[in-house]
Amino acid sequence: MAIIVQRPKLKWWEQLYLPALVSGMRVTLGHLVATLTRKTKVTMQYPEEKWDANLPDHYRGAPALVTDEHGRERCVACQLCEFICPPRAITIKPEEIPSDDKWAKVEKRPRAFEIDMIRCIYCGLCEEVCPEQAIYLRKDYAITGTSRAEMVHDKERLYEIGGVRTGLVNKWNDLK
Amino acid sequence: MPMPLSPFDRMDWHLIIAAAIKIVVFVFFVTLPLVAMSVWAERRVSAAIQDRVGPNRVGPFGLLQAVADGIKFLLKEDFTPAHVRKFYFWLAPALTMVPALLTCAVLPFGSQLFGEKMVIADLDVGPLFVFAIASLTVYGIVLAGWASNSKYPFLGGVRSTSQMISYEICMGLSIVPLVMIYGDLNLGRIVHEQAQNGWALLPLWGEGLSLKGFILAIPMFVSFVIFTTSMFAETNRLPFDLPECETELVAGYHTEYSSMKFALFFLGEYAAMIIGSGLCVTLFLGGWSLPFGWLAPATIDSEVPWWQGLIHIGAFFAKVIGFILFFIVVRWTLPRFRYDQLMRLGWVFFFEIALANVVLTAILLWVLK
Amino acid sequence: MSEVKPDLVDVQIDGVWHQFPKGTRLIEACRQAGVEVPHYCYHPKLTSPGNCRMCLVETGMPPRPAPGAESPQPDESGHLPISWIPRPVIACANTVAPNMGVRTTGPITEGCREGVMELLLANHPLDCPICDQAGECSLQEYSVEHGKGESRFREQKVKKPKNVDVGPRVRLDDERCIMCSRCIRFTDEIADDPVLGFTDRGSHTVLTVYPGRELANNYSLNTVDICPVGALTSNDFRFQMRVWFMRQTDTIDVNCATGCNVTVFSRQNKIYRVVPRQNNDVNSDWMPDSHRLSFHWIDSDARLTEPMVKENGKHRVATWGEAIAKTVEKLTSLSGSEIAVIASARMTNEELLMVNRLVKQLGAGHVEIVPRMGEADGYLISADRNPNTNGVKLILGLEKPGSALERVKSGIEQGRIKALLCLQENLVEDGGFSGELLGKLDFLLATHPHANPTTGIADVVLPGACWAEKSGTMINVTGRLQRLNKAVDAPGETLESWEIVRDLIQALGGGNGIYSAMDLFKQLAAEVPEFKGLSWGQIGDLGLPLIETGETIPALEREKERKAAGLIVG
Repeated sequence: MAIIVQRPKLKWWEQLYLPALVSGMRVTLGHLVATLTRKTKVTMQYPEEKWDANLPDHYRGAPALVTDEHGRERCVACQLCEFICPPRAITIKPEEIPSDDKWAKVEKRPRAFEIDMIRCIYCGLCEEVCPEQAIYLRKDYAITGTSRAEMVHDKERLYEIGGVRTGLVNKWNDLK
Repeated sequence: MPMPLSPFDRMDWHLIIAAAIKIVVFVFFVTLPLVAMSVWAERRVSAAIQDRVGPNRVGPFGLLQAVADGIKFLLKEDFTPAHVRKFYFWLAPALTMVPALLTCAVLPFGSQLFGEKMVIADLDVGPLFVFAIASLTVYGIVLAGWASNSKYPFLGGVRSTSQMISYEICMGLSIVPLVMIYGDLNLGRIVHEQAQNGWALLPLWGEGLSLKGFILAIPMFVSFVIFTTSMFAETNRLPFDLPECETELVAGYHTEYSSMKFALFFLGEYAAMIIGSGLCVTLFLGGWSLPFGWLAPATIDSEVPWWQGLIHIGAFFAKVIGFILFFIVVRWTLPRFRYDQLMRLGWVFFFEIALANVVLTAILLWVLK
Repeated sequence: MSEVKPDLVDVQIDGVWHQFPKGTRLIEACRQAGVEVPHYCYHPKLTSPGNCRMCLVETGMPPRPAPGAESPQPDESGHLPISWIPRPVIACANTVAPNMGVRTTGPITEGCREGVMELLLANHPLDCPICDQAGECSLQEYSVEHGKGESRFREQKVKKPKNVDVGPRVRLDDERCIMCSRCIRFTDEIADDPVLGFTDRGSHTVLTVYPGRELANNYSLNTVDICPVGALTSNDFRFQMRVWFMRQTDTIDVNCATGCNVTVFSRQNKIYRVVPRQNNDVNSDWMPDSHRLSFHWIDSDARLTEPMVKENGKHRVATWGEAIAKTVEKLTSLSGSEIAVIASARMTNEELLMVNRLVKQLGAGHVEIVPRMGEADGYLISADRNPNTNGVKLILGLEKPGSALERVKSGIEQGRIKALLCLQENLVEDGGFSGELLGKLDFLLATHPHANPTTGIADVVLPGACWAEKSGTMINVTGRLQRLNKAVDAPGETLESWEIVRDLIQALGGGNGIYSAMDLFKQLAAEVPEFKGLSWGQIGDLGLPLIETGETIPALEREKERKAAGLIVG
């Protein structure tokens, strides 16, 4: 259904366009002056000024693997993150933990764990899906590299970013 | 008044060298850098209006951004699409740039410096020369639109043609009253007259400070509004930038252009803006003169000390820069006109008003004689 | 299979009346009615001990009136009203009865399932992230469908042995075991190697292997397949790949003439496991471990990926065009009787058809295959280890395939045979040809997936695809036509054998116009009388009987006996 919009009836001096010009100028010049006198400051000069201190706790930066307070790598290579990952950034190669290892009772761990940060979309589904509290999105956001290979975070790098996380459920320590 | 003869008759080396220096300095060391600076100013001012920062990385305050842009334009791949008319495609940018710079010739950008008139060519037909040359700009745009052999540039070119032709009429008519009042077509003498007896828009000293001066300021103001508005249309600036209106025509007539050829359009547009500002300042705002007759030379040929000459040059460029800032602020304030509105404004209002203004001025001059 | 129409009884399942033969178990009746009754211990090929209690359903029978009371009247459809019994029964061991009613939903059934699930999960570890069964685990599926969703169990879980080696190929995790006893019954009833059993009582019951014995028979990995949870896992597949990543391709096993139906699980062109696929006319639900694990052979380092030609005693990589041109140049300079073709009974019927055309095109004097005879194991492994000997007989027209191999050898010895085309075979290791003998040839072409002593001698070596990389049909020992489906892409420039032979025929001046194995099957149906009127789609996933061979598969015969005795559903 067509809607007929009634055009406003303009007075003769409004039709001159000049009042509109002046009031428009007042708006733009107001902003101009406010910006020049630094009354309004919106832009952050990125490399010099950073926002890191204000990053919220739920900020979704680079995904990383964590170890717990016992030094155990949390990841058991269940590959659920690899499955859920929408851009298929995660590649995991599992292996069996050798029987002489301290954590042999966990049985399984990742032999290789790679996240392609060119593919990663920081959605956080890996963290959400992880049944082992092993992968977390950290606050690192400036992920750069000079080659594609450099942008692939391997297991070592992921643990380096992730660090130690305490206060997690340690189900493998009990009852086994 | 003894007029210098053609340099080829007299082999007046002094004149040739002086003219060459004026050309080089005014065109290449003043106007072109001013173009670069106005691009920078455009970006910084628009940023400030929009609460942004604008280019501030290259050089202090980002002043060298223009240099960076220039280098970028030079080094970019100069891509010529296969489907274009090569000759005209290459010709068009030059045809846009050259007339804009040619019009510099008649603008008096100062009174005198070391006894030399600060105008490249002191013609007695100044405004006519400007219109004659400026109307050539349209060929550049039309050729660009046509030679691109592509629909958006074509539409842009067509729009540009009718727009420029339409507004040229208004523009020409708008300065007729001015010429009638001053009775002269030499821009230098018009400026001198204004320096002595009040600017066309500000008749507050000399002979201008009279009832006649105030009354004549009315048609002057009308002329000024029409002239300035037409200038926007002629230079394809917002709110009249329909030839390159990106919402409808991608980039209008220069859609197919890249690299230095695009830069020439860009330079041409800004050069036209500067020259337009200069002309407007010269005609209506007293050119290089200071207000209230300060430091005004007694006669057009009287000796001007060098420091006064420099102040006059400074005054001219200050006014031009102020006008350019006005151009920029207008661009970031007003929305674009619809094409039919643009044509209606030009033909139905400005044309009639300008005509009426001519008649009005004539009547006023007759009555006030 | 009996021709006599069995007695049918009317049974109402979830409000709808159906007819089933007498003796049908409720769980099968429900399945046929389109209702799946959850179950763990029940397996149609094994006896039903009824110990998991997951398949409890509510049943009802017509009311029996008290003496003197009015007997119930049938409704318009002729069925008596059903009086529901408040005590549920297990669907796997009870059979249908006339005018019986079954409810697979409702508070009683659902309450029972919730209770059974809660008890099964009480001691089940939270191993799913590391458990190989995750993704195909009945316990996971049923706890989603029928579980309570939360645990009321606050006590300590019972600890049991984990990661126990019960055999060379099977690993046991007792905490995950839900005591369904399928594996015990399998080893006892099918594999005749009863080494598994339960010890201890109550919640401490554990599955163990008999002291001093291990689960080592050639069918042990079938226990992994039938284990509904992750208690028994395969050492070979352990922690290799999660099941949800893998693509499943239905194809057949080629390690013996039985042609067990299998599903190949692959991801990104790598095969991770092969599991048997039910086909009651070929392999029931089982397959031997030796055949199941033979897929590792495909990925070996010796894989050929590019054609090669021998120059000055050394092989160099060549293009297909170059290799074919060199072969053709040699072959055209010889007369047909100087050329012998050794095909393979591991080829599909389609490939054999192309070989037959090549033989005709060349006018080759000899065509033969390499026989592979072993011992039948009395279960599923046939004595003939070639998967398509019957196809060779039909298509190449060899009466006794392999019998003329000695004649080829003597022909080479005496110099009557100058060129040998060895297609997909290893003459040195499998055919009994010595290296010196092959060295006497003017020209030897060898196609094979892998580098081997024969390809080492060959003048032209062409990479041919292996069984998982091609589609086609084969005829098994009982004369059943079965389909082979491509599961993974062949590496490098490898081509399927029919493509290689087609290119050879074309280069020799023959026709072309064949673009897929399906095209070839159409021509097969037109040219070979036994295949007349058949189409690719008709064969289906389970194959169809094509010829009578008189051969039987022992494991199937025993299954039929057990079914006839009513021990199993079958």
